[in-house]
Amino acid sequence: MQAIPNLPYVAVGTDARRCFLAYVETPFLLDCHRVSDFLDIVGLSISVSLMATAIAAAVSLPIGAALAIFPFRGRRLFVVLINAFLGLPPVVVGLALYLALSRSGPLGSLALLFTPTAMVIGQTILAVPIITALVHRASERAWARYGDELTSDGATRLQAVPQILMIIRAELVTAVLAGFGRTVSEVGAVILVGGNIRGLTRTMTTTIALQTSQGDLSLALALGAVLVGISISISATVFALAGRARTAGSDEV
Amino acid sequence: MIRFRNALALIAVFAATNASSAAEQSIVLASTTSVEASGLLATILPQFTTKTGITVNVVAQGTGKAIDTARRGDADLLLVHDPEAEQQFMNEGHGSTRRQIAWNDFIIVGPSADPAHVKGGNDSVAALKAIATSQAPFVSRGDKSGTNAAELRLWKIAGQTPDLLIKEKWYRDIGGGMGQALNAASAMDAYTLSDRGTWLSFNNKGSLIVAIDGDPRLLNRYDVIELDPQKHAGAKLAAAKVFADWLVSPEGQQAIGAYQVSGQKLFNPSAGSPK
Repeated sequence: MQAIPNLPYVAVGTDARRCFLAYVETPFLLDCHRVSDFLDIVGLSISVSLMATAIAAAVSLPIGAALAIFPFRGRRLFVVLINAFLGLPPVVVGLALYLALSRSGPLGSLALLFTPTAMVIGQTILAVPIITALVHRASERAWARYGDELTSDGATRLQAVPQILMIIRAELVTAVLAGFGRTVSEVGAVILVGGNIRGLTRTMTTTIALQTSQGDLSLALALGAVLVGISISISATVFALAGRARTAGSDEV
Repeated sequence: MIRFRNALALIAVFAATNASSAAEQSIVLASTTSVEASGLLATILPQFTTKTGITVNVVAQGTGKAIDTARRGDADLLLVHDPEAEQQFMNEGHGSTRRQIAWNDFIIVGPSADPAHVKGGNDSVAALKAIATSQAPFVSRGDKSGTNAAELRLWKIAGQTPDLLIKEKWYRDIGGGMGQALNAASAMDAYTLSDRGTWLSFNNKGSLIVAIDGDPRLLNRYDVIELDPQKHAGAKLAAAKVFADWLVSPEGQQAIGAYQVSGQKLFNPSAGSPK
């Protein structure tokens, strides 16, 4: 992730280690700096979004299921809130996080502003309500149907949480992919807390915003097409893996 | 369970890639969109990093926001172009040293049809008066950037009040960066004030042409400002100073002066004789 010559892609100096990539032929990225920059940007987008989705899933799966299984005071309000947060504007999350992570803010001593970690935090906040809401909805249906059965032989509700998640595993894939879709496509939060720093926090969406502002509309659109392509590939791969895992699972049973 | 293990392995690989890049020394430079979008920093920074091992992470914002970022303590160094806002920043005690590194000029660009009949002149104030009289569309950045501040100063000299201007239909405050303003001007056949660097490297000019240039009032100065060690104890001031010193050194000045876009020099180094 070294700083390397970038937009408008002026070729100054060479970096043999990176520039072997110049031989990678892509239709609209012709010189080596473009290609290696491009790979940095795509790699960062995917790694930040995957990380955020993974953390969000780790939090949201148990919470979503528990919300369906454990009755408690204020549960209804909690569920309403989670669903309301589906529409959380990324730019508001970005701004709140910016103020919190700023050196003059409450978490300033962590020195996280303008780092990939800050972007992961922002995207996690955006993904949690989506995954939680979807998991909760699916868990509610499963609990209504299998709840008595799952607790009949003296098993506790806590023990039912993983069981419910197992029953709704097909819906979990959709929930997690919806979370990933939210994270990889948003620009408002990452540009604020990441700062769109070349080689460090520049993602596909912030690059598209930048290229549009430089009047490189065709390049921006091409990168947009790549973003869509990558999203589709990842969704398809996850679906395929999930399908195989399910088949393998049923064979064992 | 297979997919969970796969996912974990994938995440571990990405985490390792990210961690290895965070080890080197780096500073955050809050800067204006014009030095970033013009490609200047992308060209000169690798030379500096090769020499010193210090990575400069550029957060490109309008001057107003960049100064605010530094004021909050979220940057280690400032590179901006609004003399009045910079002076205020210094007066507040946030800055320790302020040095000019380069200058270029602002230009007024407009549609080639030139509804206000200002093309070819060099009097920016007369041109703005003509634009106001003919009510030809004018795009304003409206984002407290250095260019926005320069534009408002010129309107004042032209006898207009910024508060009243925003009520005019032909005056379009877009609240965006230079590129967005040029995109908007191109789409609406409007005039706008641009820095020359962004204009030359902008790729969606459409029918826009340079209407006015060469007015001494269109001077655009870029200053590097180091932060005050007492107010900004948490900032990486030593590494920031190395970069600031490099920018005004003969080597840095040479690198700035050598940068060209389509055969034209974008920035005139001026550390030795500030304008």
